[in-house]
Amino acid sequence: MQITRDFSHYVRDAGAGVQHIDLAVEGVHCAGCMAKIERGLSAIPDVTLARVNLTDRRVALEWKAGTLDPGRFIDRLEELGYKAYPFETESAEVAEVAESRFLLRCLGVAAFATMNVMMLSIPVWSGNVSDMLPEQRDFFHWLSALIALPAAAYAGQPFFRSAWRALSAKTTNMDVPISIGVILALGMSVVETIHHAEHAYFDAAIMLLTFLLVGRFLDQNMRRRTRAVAGNLAALKAETAAKFVGPDEISQVPVAAINPGDIVLLRPGERCAVDGTVIEGRSEIDQSLITGETLYVTAEHGTPVYAGSMNISGTLRVRVSAASEATLLAEITRLLDNALQARSRYMRLADRASRLYAPVVHATALITILGWVIAGASWHDAIVTGVAVLIITCPCALGLAIPTVQTVASGAMFKAGVLLNAGDAIERLAEADHVIFDKTGTLTLPDLEVMNAADIPGDIFELAGRLALSSHHPVAAAVAQAAGARSPVVGAVEEAGQGVRAVVDGVEIRLGRPSFCGAEALAGSVTLDPEASIVAFSKGTEKFVLTVRQGLRPDAKAVIAALKARGIGIEILSGDREQAVKAAADALAIPEWRAGVTPADKIARIEELKRRGAKVLMVGDGMNDAPSLAAAHISMSPISAAHLSQATADLVFLGRPLAPVVAAIDASRKALHLMRQNLWLAIGYNVLAVPVAISGVVTPLIAAAAMSGSSILVMLNSLRARSASREIV
Amino acid sequence: MEILVILVPLALMLGGAGLVAFLWSLRSGQYDDLDGAAWRAIADDEPPQEAPVKR
Repeated sequence: MQITRDFSHYVRDAGAGVQHIDLAVEGVHCAGCMAKIERGLSAIPDVTLARVNLTDRRVALEWKAGTLDPGRFIDRLEELGYKAYPFETESAEVAEVAESRFLLRCLGVAAFATMNVMMLSIPVWSGNVSDMLPEQRDFFHWLSALIALPAAAYAGQPFFRSAWRALSAKTTNMDVPISIGVILALGMSVVETIHHAEHAYFDAAIMLLTFLLVGRFLDQNMRRRTRAVAGNLAALKAETAAKFVGPDEISQVPVAAINPGDIVLLRPGERCAVDGTVIEGRSEIDQSLITGETLYVTAEHGTPVYAGSMNISGTLRVRVSAASEATLLAEITRLLDNALQARSRYMRLADRASRLYAPVVHATALITILGWVIAGASWHDAIVTGVAVLIITCPCALGLAIPTVQTVASGAMFKAGVLLNAGDAIERLAEADHVIFDKTGTLTLPDLEVMNAADIPGDIFELAGRLALSSHHPVAAAVAQAAGARSPVVGAVEEAGQGVRAVVDGVEIRLGRPSFCGAEALAGSVTLDPEASIVAFSKGTEKFVLTVRQGLRPDAKAVIAALKARGIGIEILSGDREQAVKAAADALAIPEWRAGVTPADKIARIEELKRRGAKVLMVGDGMNDAPSLAAAHISMSPISAAHLSQATADLVFLGRPLAPVVAAIDASRKALHLMRQNLWLAIGYNVLAVPVAISGVVTPLIAAAAMSGSSILVMLNSLRARSASREIV
Repeated sequence: MEILVILVPLALMLGGAGLVAFLWSLRSGQYDDLDGAAWRAIADDEPPQEAPVKR
């Protein structure tokens, strides 16, 4: 049976006889990788473009249509040491990218207008204290209006739209006072210019927009990057299925290209990507992801299988009844999404600040106007002073205080291997004071390891590894990986649920259950570590037993100690057996642990801790953790986790070490500290500036200096969040 | 002060040219990979193609 790969789903025409594909690449992290990949791929003849995007960890390729098979790029990248996956941009990501570009365009327009209006304002400010003619001043003011009004109308769109949406929903947000401030400042300046007044605030209004757009853009850019990484993860998890394209020919195609009625091949160790019915073959399937039932189910002709179930022993042919969006797994994912949205919205720091801000500022402006009228000033002068208060309090620094820190902190976390899934994750993680770990796949590595590899003769171990390559069973995969085997044994036969056998140099070799290899006696003599499982290998009459288990993450102990040192409570809640959990808890010196816990028990425990006022960080993977991840104050998942829990977790981390958990907590605590500091800086600025504005002595010069001064101060302070990632454990 | 009639439009035109250049660079995707661009600036140039040795 021949297997071909079909990438036509991902290839698109770039015009002029050129085809384009985007690949998500794992492990690109520096300039060296970038140059290596680009050179390596450009060396293939007929490639017209090979460009790495380091931010999104992707590579864009273009070649003369019809000359190359995209599979060749993936092979070439494999040779260079990178794993690549074909990639399809989600519509959500397209929208984020478009929004990001729009904000950047607004920022460009606003910055252009600010610079030019400033160029006209400075002569007015210096002219006002020397010998400028009123006609010249009016001319400069009108020119400023000519630049500032259209620029503000364009660049202010993000704020005006959002403010309008909020107002039509009869609520308020930060953009309402911003829009009011900008519109009033521009309107008053036009009126003042008509009346040949000395001061106009065109520069202040447009500068305000520029600074706010910087904050808005940074915020959006962070969201865009998160979305891009999420898209890559989806591609790395690329769900493909082996579809029959001929009676004996199968092609590895993306799930999106599979339709009901197609027939797919499901090999042992593969997770089913579609819903369907078995039409040929016999096997056991693990449906725990769907039903929670951990006992294997026998699958034979007529048995329904669902997306997400794992085929354990034999090869199956499945007739597809539903694919992709219509599967049961997709349905469960949607239900979970709904449950998540129902989770009471966390009140973000920025929201709390803006809720206080708007009424206070508007009341101050109103009182200023009334106060001056009562004190005998003309309505005109009183209103000008009131508008000056609004301008000078416009939340420039406030708008930058949080997004700048978030951007810098998320960049630092990104470098430490932590990705943010939720915008408010930093704030919530910083508050966490109690950590609940799941054991399997979280404290332990998700992959199985061969524990007694050193006791087996090298050549035997290698032979076992090569034989293991012929099986898809997870244990066999672990043996093959540990032995570093590359070339499979020729003529290997897999016996469903038993093992693999082959004949090498006239001697039969077998790998599988002890009974399959005739090694029961030897297996019984091995003192069994509670977590380990056993696989036997026989070569003729020689018998060997390999113990395979999940090892603790290499730095787990140091991480637990580091968490303790930070005064964070730690416990293990695991669904696993008692001996297994006890062994891990003892090894890590965690006194509080519970074994055999059901998902409902986990939620109950989290609720109990919540009632006591603890902020729980849940670190776990696996489908049955998804509800408790959603129930906790904040959640983290290792990236190898089943993807459903990834969607639920607020943060995900990469790689073998557990250290990212500590790094993320440290970085978020530092970030929250800096956010608070920035808010106080912004408030402090207002406390100084508002009395000056109320007293009516604010000139446009003072407003410009005060606003830019406070904004730059806040931005510089935010940069300090960068160092957070360097102090791991 | 009549010079302003020339200087002010000139200044605006220069600023406008800057804006147009920015919008062009945005459209041609130069802000899509800021991390990568930071490294490309200091990366070594492509090694020159080795000329075939003549014998």
